[in-house]
Amino acid sequence: MATIILLSFLFQIILVIALAPLVTGIIRKTKARFQHRRGATVLQPYYDLVKLMRKDVVVSSVASWLFHCTPFVVFSSMVVISLLVPTVVTPVPLHWVGDIIAVIYLFALGRFFMALVGLDTASAFGGLGSSREMSIASIVEPAMMLAIFTAAVTAGSTDLSVIVDRLSTTPASMLNPSHLLAFAGLFVVSLAETGRIPVDNPATHLELTMIHEAMILEYSGPYLALIEWASQVKLVIFLALMANMFFPLGMATTWSPSALAVGAGAFLLKVIGLALIVALVESTNAKLRLFRVPELLVVAFILSLLSLILYFIVGA
Amino acid sequence: MVDWEAFQPAALTVMLGGYALGGVVPAILGILWRNRTKPGGSLTGAVKNIGFGLALAAALAGCLLSLSILISGTPLHMEFLPTAHVGMMGFHADTLSALFIGAISLLGAAAACFSLGYAAEFLLRRSMVLLVVLYNFFVLSMIGVLIADHALLFLFFWECMSLTTYFLITFEHEEHAARRAGFLYIVMTHIGTAFLLVMFLLLYSTAGSFAFEAFRMEGARLPASTQSVVFLCATIGFGIKAGIIPFHIWLPEAHPAAPSNVSAMMSGVMIKTGIYGMVRVFFDFLGPVIPGWWGVLILTIAVTSSVLGVLYALMEHDLKRLLAFHSIENIGIILMGVGAALLFASWGNRPLAVIALIAGLYHVLNHAIFKGLLFLGAGSVLHAAHTRNIEDLGGLIKRMPWTAFFFLIGAIAISGLPPLNGFISEWLTFQALLLGFHIPDLTVKIVIPLTVALLALTGALAAACFVKAFGITFLGLPRSGHADRAGESSFTMLAAMGFLALLCIFLGIAPGPIVSVLNPLASSLLEEASTGQIVMHAGTVLIPRSASASISPAALTGLLVVIAAIPLAGISIFVLKSRSRIAPTWACGLERIDPRMQYTATGFSKPLRIIFSDIFRATHEVGISEEPSPYFRPTITYELKTESVFLKYLYEPVFRSIVSAARIIRRIQTGRIQTYLAYIFVTLILLLLFAR
Repeated sequence: MATIILLSFLFQIILVIALAPLVTGIIRKTKARFQHRRGATVLQPYYDLVKLMRKDVVVSSVASWLFHCTPFVVFSSMVVISLLVPTVVTPVPLHWVGDIIAVIYLFALGRFFMALVGLDTASAFGGLGSSREMSIASIVEPAMMLAIFTAAVTAGSTDLSVIVDRLSTTPASMLNPSHLLAFAGLFVVSLAETGRIPVDNPATHLELTMIHEAMILEYSGPYLALIEWASQVKLVIFLALMANMFFPLGMATTWSPSALAVGAGAFLLKVIGLALIVALVESTNAKLRLFRVPELLVVAFILSLLSLILYFIVGA
Repeated sequence: MVDWEAFQPAALTVMLGGYALGGVVPAILGILWRNRTKPGGSLTGAVKNIGFGLALAAALAGCLLSLSILISGTPLHMEFLPTAHVGMMGFHADTLSALFIGAISLLGAAAACFSLGYAAEFLLRRSMVLLVVLYNFFVLSMIGVLIADHALLFLFFWECMSLTTYFLITFEHEEHAARRAGFLYIVMTHIGTAFLLVMFLLLYSTAGSFAFEAFRMEGARLPASTQSVVFLCATIGFGIKAGIIPFHIWLPEAHPAAPSNVSAMMSGVMIKTGIYGMVRVFFDFLGPVIPGWWGVLILTIAVTSSVLGVLYALMEHDLKRLLAFHSIENIGIILMGVGAALLFASWGNRPLAVIALIAGLYHVLNHAIFKGLLFLGAGSVLHAAHTRNIEDLGGLIKRMPWTAFFFLIGAIAISGLPPLNGFISEWLTFQALLLGFHIPDLTVKIVIPLTVALLALTGALAAACFVKAFGITFLGLPRSGHADRAGESSFTMLAAMGFLALLCIFLGIAPGPIVSVLNPLASSLLEEASTGQIVMHAGTVLIPRSASASISPAALTGLLVVIAAIPLAGISIFVLKSRSRIAPTWACGLERIDPRMQYTATGFSKPLRIIFSDIFRATHEVGISEEPSPYFRPTITYELKTESVFLKYLYEPVFRSIVSAARIIRRIQTGRIQTYLAYIFVTLILLLLFAR
């Protein structure tokens, strides 16, 4: 039995990590279709990763040891998060290791190192990216915490598996107005956290607008591949959080192969569905000026606050 | 079984004796060989080693004492001066005192070790005797505050602590800023003492004794209104020492002015004596039955202090001032735990209050350690680069690799990031707040989510601030010759920082011992019988409620390391094999990168300065000196100022009204002795008539 759980658990992790470039590919393809382009194949992110893995690493002469260890810290924290977030099966075997607060703070750990590396190479672009990233993260955090708070308060715990279980047993509460508002709040937050339009443009290298790309501008080769991959995993995790914390339909609750197959199918459907929505938002919105971003995030904050007030008035 | 009754007084004697001797012996040396202990004299090195060596020994004894009290749970009780009217004078160190003694001793050991190397820079230009004597008596009086079991004894040590720190702040008294900071500090701290005096007199009026034992018995029986006045006096009196906003104005001036080893002690533990006083009075004397608004007030103060503290820190480019503002922030985080405990206790939910109080007290210990580490790191940088302005630093990670590494550990810890200790206490605070949302009261339901959101904001801003502090100071290229020539610090300084860095990691990965010690402590303060609020199970912190939440920092760390190792091994074996090369950073087509092309600290914090412009009210002036040719402008000055709202709208009006009141009162000061004699005579008559 233990072997089966271990194997299925590995399957779950590998699904997230292996799927991540595909989801990015799907978003890019959808955006291209919206722009009446044919776009690259949805597998292009995989080719990119392979190509980068084969390339040389160019390290700045100014860079310190932080430059070498950051890609691993970032990648590792994203993978650890994917161990804690229920994707296909609930409860996750390692749910006792960390809850949703640990997940949020692990994201922050990766960001902290990435922002430091932005300053490591003495390039002006790196500092620009770090400064913007940390500023936006500061105002994202309260909105994210409140949205999460509503879900946690409803379940009476911050344990992600408990939140998901509680919601699965009372499917009616998925359509609760407070629940939907918290989801909307988390959606806006996710756009900001994963660096999508209207907050950041993942496809640009224009110094006026870039945030995430500016921080990692000095990276190349396998290091860049790891960081890119970690960002793709981060996107999938956010989609999984949105899907499963709010609509845990079809999740497997046992480790039987049939339940797993259904769970994996449901997970894929939900994640791809959300990815299409992200692509839609990215295609129909313009990127905001940097100092308009706080206004967007205040909206997310207020949505989350409203959801909490509604929860208090209406009940779960 | 260890004989605690014999061990504890012995450890106490060694500790107190160590600090006292560390103060007295150098003083005697200084008196006997006045010439040889002058700056540059032959005995100064010996004075330094004796003074800080004894401080180190005393701190180690303090660690043992604290451990023995915390583990055994037996308080240390000593009575030595029976006085008829004011109650028994003596020492009493219970687990609460022991926790704070532990914090002082751990940081004290590191600071003393650090001082052995760091104080060498004062050998030639400062009185080493003075530094050593003041330092030891400062730590001694802090210990005294924590173990005093009598209001008068407490105030005596409290004043000793204030006075020794005053002289330490003005240690470099030629500098105007230091004198000014010292004056501000001494005024503020005495306003605080005045409130404490009122508080103790109020307690005395009911208890009929100044002994803490009597306060403990009678405090809960005070009339509700008196209790609230006592509460307010304690909040203001201890709050000034703790540096809560709006009484924080002395802190960012005073802490940077002192030598760095002293700054570490002041920021790491001295301000915690204020927290100790609050916990002692709120829970031990007055509690645990308390009105609801106390908790709301403390939470409001906590949230204000933490958010504004970190925002002001973001605008600072003086490394030590930046750290001082972070102390205000962390006092806020500690008070979130304390305030939530008050709030929950007022609703009779003591198990929840225990969790909140544990969170607050855990953060006391954590902040002592990482803030001590950061201040020592700042001292190390100051020692090597001779500047505290981070705009002149940079590139130190290659010149001072160990200092940089330890500072990074401190920076991660203070930002509350896993797997270090700051994360655990913030996690506990979040848990306590979250569970408190179920208390059926409108105020609680409004206060709690806002506190949660603002704690999240504080954490994120702290991370931003330390990316700036670490990144600008240690990374990139050096921005000045000083920074370029900096070298690594001496072994004792590095050892002290390494010790604290290890503690940051240990307290983060293995919260078990601390939680199992804090659990009975908080439970007994709140008179809660069961101690199962937080369960430790195989390295996992578990909060067993209706639906439990748990975290296992050790497993988390293990996973992080193992998973990082997989791609590390893969890439280093298959990919990096002779396929990496060094090249200059891309400089947008220019020939090479220049230190001036880097982001500055001012630039880094600009987005946040704009986002929070209503709070900072920043004004900037650009001055361009006109030269004969309009095409060349050799000097451009840029000055940026942020306004302190509190100074302008709170302190200045008070200050002005005091001055104008003094002008009016001045009229009775005629300067003629006959008039004063008349005043004395009239007062005497009035007293005889009315105050019999």
